[in-house]
Amino acid sequence: MSSPAQSAAQSVVQSVDWLAIAPPTVAALVGLAVLVADLFLGDNRKALLGWTSVAGLAASALLLLPLLDGDRSTFCLTGSTDVCSYTADRFTLVIQFLVLGGALLAALLSVTALKDADRGLPEGEYWFLLLSSAAGAALLPASRDLATLIVALEVASLPAFALVGIRHGDRKSSEAALKFFLSSVTATAVSLMGISFVYASTGTLYLTEIADRIQHVDPQLHTLAQTGVVLTLIGFAFKTAAVPFHFWVPDTYVGAPLPIAAYLSVVGKAVGFSGLILVTVVAFPSYADVWGPALAALAALTMTVGNVGALRQQATRAYSAVRLLAWSSVGQAGYLLVPIAAAAYSDDAQKSIGSTVAYALMYAAVNLGAFAVAALVARTKPLNRVSDYRGLYATRPLSALVLGFFLLCLAGLPPGIIGLFAKVTVFSAAVDAGLGWLAVIMAVNVVIALFYYLQWTALLFRAPENDEERHRAPAPLTVAIALTAALGIALSGAPQLVLRFTDTGLF
Amino acid sequence: MRFLLAFLVVGPLIGAVAALLPAPPGLQGKSPEQAILRHGVTVTGVVLIAAIVLALGFDHDHPSKMQATTDISWIPALDVRIHLGVDGISLPLLVLSALLTFLCALYSCFKLPSGPSPKAFVALLLVLESGTLATFAVLDLLLFFLAFETVLIPMYFLIARWGGEQRTRAAWKFILFTLLGSVVMLLGLLLIGIKAGTFDIMALATDNGSGLTTSVQVTAVLAIGIGLAVKTPMWPLHSWLPDAHTAAPTVGSVLLAGVLLKMGTYGFVRILLPVAPDGFRTFAPYLGAFAVVGIIYGSLACLALARRGAKGDLKRLIAYSSVGHMGFVLLGIATMTPTGVNGALFANIAHGLITGLLFFLVGALKDRTGTTDLDTLADRTGAALYGRAPRLGGLVAFAAVASLGLPGLAGFWGEMLALFGAFDPADDLSRPAFLTFTAIAAFGTLLTAAYMLVVVRRVCMGAAPQPDTPRLADVQTYEFAAWTPLVALTVVAGLWPKVLLGLTDPAVQQLLSGGPR
Repeated sequence: MSSPAQSAAQSVVQSVDWLAIAPPTVAALVGLAVLVADLFLGDNRKALLGWTSVAGLAASALLLLPLLDGDRSTFCLTGSTDVCSYTADRFTLVIQFLVLGGALLAALLSVTALKDADRGLPEGEYWFLLLSSAAGAALLPASRDLATLIVALEVASLPAFALVGIRHGDRKSSEAALKFFLSSVTATAVSLMGISFVYASTGTLYLTEIADRIQHVDPQLHTLAQTGVVLTLIGFAFKTAAVPFHFWVPDTYVGAPLPIAAYLSVVGKAVGFSGLILVTVVAFPSYADVWGPALAALAALTMTVGNVGALRQQATRAYSAVRLLAWSSVGQAGYLLVPIAAAAYSDDAQKSIGSTVAYALMYAAVNLGAFAVAALVARTKPLNRVSDYRGLYATRPLSALVLGFFLLCLAGLPPGIIGLFAKVTVFSAAVDAGLGWLAVIMAVNVVIALFYYLQWTALLFRAPENDEERHRAPAPLTVAIALTAALGIALSGAPQLVLRFTDTGLF
Repeated sequence: MRFLLAFLVVGPLIGAVAALLPAPPGLQGKSPEQAILRHGVTVTGVVLIAAIVLALGFDHDHPSKMQATTDISWIPALDVRIHLGVDGISLPLLVLSALLTFLCALYSCFKLPSGPSPKAFVALLLVLESGTLATFAVLDLLLFFLAFETVLIPMYFLIARWGGEQRTRAAWKFILFTLLGSVVMLLGLLLIGIKAGTFDIMALATDNGSGLTTSVQVTAVLAIGIGLAVKTPMWPLHSWLPDAHTAAPTVGSVLLAGVLLKMGTYGFVRILLPVAPDGFRTFAPYLGAFAVVGIIYGSLACLALARRGAKGDLKRLIAYSSVGHMGFVLLGIATMTPTGVNGALFANIAHGLITGLLFFLVGALKDRTGTTDLDTLADRTGAALYGRAPRLGGLVAFAAVASLGLPGLAGFWGEMLALFGAFDPADDLSRPAFLTFTAIAAFGTLLTAAYMLVVVRRVCMGAAPQPDTPRLADVQTYEFAAWTPLVALTVVAGLWPKVLLGLTDPAVQQLLSGGPR
């Protein structure tokens, strides 16, 4: 007699796989805990908050380990168990690892930055915002319906706006935040409109169901569906800082605290391109003829504009090092888009996507490393000009060698072997898909990029202009640099560690 | 054997890392600089010995067979295998590279180019050696690309840090040109690898292009050919070479001419000929045409530089002569015949020996007189080296005569065989076109002789030195040590060409008819 009641209850109350959603959840909970704890901690013990956050991010990254045994899904439709809102498959785990690892390194940089700011930055709020943003970014690759996707995107972005403008009384900081906020919100609005069009024409928000139904759309609604697809993509293209949605990047990076710039350059990008992958490859594969050429053109534009922008930076201008990294990150976003565009043309879309993921992992490690060294140099030279790096080898030989290695990895030349092979996979995705023209444009861009990366590298080993005393590097920065350097060198010896994603299916 | 070959590639890299570490207490020598330079000589010396042992252990009865092979999977996702091996084509180039690098290390041990710390110099030299040896040892397309790229950064820094005037510009020109070329080459390599399903050069050569459609082959040969032609360099893609040679330090010039240029021509023989023969056949006449234009252009440029009052720089002149010599190599390859390709490989080695020697000599001349400007050197009547430093003058004359291709010296055989090959090209190539090339190239040898003799007259001869003109220091012991091997090998290769041809010929025959086994 209780069975009907039981089944009725089952149909309303879902069973939740807590382990599957643990990584983003832990990050969010630690963020809340830190915010509350901030109220009860005295000024001299605020450092505790930072280390709690670092531990929290490490814990949520470790919670990825038990998920490795197989795909898990939760928040499924009652009735059909294969339509779910949250899926922890290989793709999700890899991107979550990238996001949480990137956030962890950014947090390590932040510990020093907050200490140096000497209460110029509100610690409790800072950590709360960073962790919430990381939680949103970790949720995004797991989302399998458009609503969750947009929610995750906003959870990742909104705290980031606040982080960019967190420096009290700094006009540049708040201006950057406003610029970032306004342009980002516009993009999200456009995206939402696209999603509503897609929903109107298909009647579902689940990505896999959209992929099915969008092929049989009423011919009258065909234009609506097409417009919807294009508009949806715009929001994600913005996050990856693809041209023409890139103009916020340089000012935002310069205005934001350096660790936040590092965070945005890696995690912000990861959010954008994992969203793009989900929308294009999972939801709209039948519209490949629409988004394929669009993404290919976007990739070509993005890498060219980004690299030319980086090329034009003057070494002696204030903050030129961060500006250069910002523009180069736009260029790198172009390379990341190439395999996604190639997925539209190739028979095996998963293989192309794997190239993007492999490239992103390489880029994350190396770019965060470069930012870490930049943070170290910025402690003694707050203007952070590229010319300030002249003769770094004389004062800090190891940091200079490591930064040179990171920059050459970004350029894709030996000794940065992993950078070279990551570029090779991207090229091979383009050649495989028959996008020869895009491959040639990318080849030219690689040469342009080498110019500014090598110019900076060469500067490190010049004779210093004046002798200066050595300062001890703070421990968290040293750990961050050592971690990224170890990662880069290990990957150069065994590129298979990241390149294997180009070989196996991710979904 | 296989460990020797792997050691050739890895040894210099380990040496480079060791060079950056502080010297162990027992080996510090007189000064830390001395210690680090001696470290460079030791490492390159050990590598040279390894290369010689490899050459002695090589089965000379079967030079067409890949020997000392290693085949380990490295990156399964990209199908990259650490596949090393050596046959009659690559063995001479391996030994030449190891020898030249050793001689350079030895030379700089006594005559360090002015610039920043010798520590970095030695480390870069060793990385460069590793990259060049790897290029000749690997049998995987992507590894070949990796090795090809490895030499860029060290060479850039050698030119930009230890070079002469205008070094920054020259270094940039070098690296940007060659990188653009090699990235385009990568596209071609990827196209072949993806369409054929393997990156293994041996497997691809055994297929002999049967797995690739003609259109794929044509595209791939165009892309790879451009990349290799920039490195070789082929006219009109040569414009980085004269600047780089003029600005580079002596050691840099020697390695650039003696080793780095060979990587380009080796790629033509090792990859394009066996892997994409149909595509290559399409472009062979064009390659031949560019090659002979290069021969004539290089000679005319040299003649213009050698003229009185032209303010010609000797290093620049030798660089242009390299463009001409590499023209012969390319012409030989373009014929697609065993004779032509053998000639190309022979000319390759000969050019490495002779031009290496010439750059050493010009470097020594610059150290003594402070200039390489021909007009300043020659003054009114000539530099009169025969009178002021007879041994040095004799060596300059010897190298110049070897370079113009005097029979009995190494320069002769390669050019003659290349011309023979062009006289009777492969069956499906246009004979009239190649006959024209033969005629033009033969005219080029005359022009080469002309400018080389002008140089000898202006540098070695001249009015008898007045008592008050300063005598120049004659050849020093360390210079003898660095140059004698080159002189000796030039003579040996000239008098007994079978040493080289016996190695390359069977391998080339095999290569043109279905790849090495």
